[in-house]
Amino acid sequence: MNKNLNLDKHISSQFNDDLERVKTHVLAMGGLVEAQINDSITALIEGNASLAQKVRDKERAINSMELDIDAECATILALRQPAASDLRLLIAALKSITDIERMGDEAKRIASFALKLLEDGEAWTGYKEFNKIGERVRKMTSDTFNSFARFDVELARTIGDQDRSVDTAYHAAIQELLSQISDNPENLIQNMNVMWSLRSLERIGDHCINIAEYVIYLVEGDDVRHAKDKAKEKKK
Amino acid sequence: MAGINTMIDEGRTQDDVAPLTAVEMPRQESIDENYETVGSPLLHNPLVKTRNVNVFYAEKQAIFNVNLDIAKNEVIAMIGPSGCGKSTFLRCLNRMNDTIDTCRVQGDIVLEGQDIYDRSVDAVELRARVGIVFQKPNPFPKSVYENVAYGPRIHGLVNRKSDLDDIVEDSLKRAGLWEEVKDELEGSGTGLSGGQQQRLCIARTIAVSPDIILMDEPCSALDPIATAKIEELIAELRENYTIAIVTHNMQQAARVSSRTAYFHLGKLIEVGETEIVFTRPVHPLTEAYITGRFG
Repeated sequence: MNKNLNLDKHISSQFNDDLERVKTHVLAMGGLVEAQINDSITALIEGNASLAQKVRDKERAINSMELDIDAECATILALRQPAASDLRLLIAALKSITDIERMGDEAKRIASFALKLLEDGEAWTGYKEFNKIGERVRKMTSDTFNSFARFDVELARTIGDQDRSVDTAYHAAIQELLSQISDNPENLIQNMNVMWSLRSLERIGDHCINIAEYVIYLVEGDDVRHAKDKAKEKKK
Repeated sequence: MAGINTMIDEGRTQDDVAPLTAVEMPRQESIDENYETVGSPLLHNPLVKTRNVNVFYAEKQAIFNVNLDIAKNEVIAMIGPSGCGKSTFLRCLNRMNDTIDTCRVQGDIVLEGQDIYDRSVDAVELRARVGIVFQKPNPFPKSVYENVAYGPRIHGLVNRKSDLDDIVEDSLKRAGLWEEVKDELEGSGTGLSGGQQQRLCIARTIAVSPDIILMDEPCSALDPIATAKIEELIAELRENYTIAIVTHNMQQAARVSSRTAYFHLGKLIEVGETEIVFTRPVHPLTEAYITGRFG
């Protein structure tokens, strides 16, 4: 499989520009969501209400970018009838922005929980777990968008392992919080908010996996989604 | 897109992004003389088997060592830039190149076990088994009926007028033209529209019960509606015939064929399932051509 996509080598320079624009806009959207995730994690850990509010306010801009990129891709599909790597780029872009938009939703959710925890006015007990998982999710998000930006399949392939590490830490944190709820039922609401925040981080990791899979499809043409299911089908 | 452009400053910047081009496209001269076709050019139990086919026009070689099988009842599309040899190769399949004095064909082209270039093979009979439809519709300057009846008559396929009538009606029906011409069978074939004329030529080809129908750019002179009718017809004909089609229209190749063969400078570069060739071609030259990266 040719890994050199040569997206700027079309006879039509307009087509080069169209594809370049889609890629740039997907990365711009990804960059914004990455910043939103970072800010939401910081807002929750540091108890920064204005930062949390900023994250909530920016969420609409992400939704608007999704619509714009959708329209750009639809126009190219209609006018250019792209094939091969051009087609895969557009499919990867269209599918990725759905995941990126949902990552933005999760960042907004974390920001909302940060505000709720601040309203409660008490130190919360899940700080360590959230900080640890938050750092891993930050790195995952950054690596995911870097893999898209550089068409870096090797980096994209590391996202699965990173997600497993996040999942393990998430399940351990949930167990810890459940035992805290059992010991101190009066902190139920606060601990539930922490659990939901952790859940949002874990979901962001899942979206990173999806985008990494689209990067592999875009570059190599291999659809690696649901690999376990496909292996089982083959055995049958 | 004003929203997006303002967001670029806040998100990932262009500096973070790797350039889209990693290396130059392969140069045309870089194809090795001893190249190997990638993909699946050879099949188990094919209808047509071609091996080591080389074609020359005088001293100039037009086709280089092509090996390609064609299965029964498949539609195979042959694509490639102008001058790549796809039409030349197509015309080898029913010895149409015999009509060109300077043309020499080397190698084996075997139809159901019979080498079609063997001296014992009658080219006229071969062309009844392997019919061809050309770029420009070329009906005879005769009636619609006579255009279709001519082939069966000269090949001695019928003895009675009623049998000939049946063949004409059946062929026109199979070509999707019967409803439009059934009341004007004695009208001139050349008086039909371009799309109708092309379907008449297909009916004429079908009338002699060929195994294979070759189509050389059959829609390039037709408007989109007539083209859609021919494409619909190809989809119906594939149930009973094997079809090899040469086309410059890649969307057409993608729509009508089950396998696609990509030719470049006389070499068969890649053959594969159409779905694969158009979504994830293996050879960079195939990728470059179908995505419009060179002319």
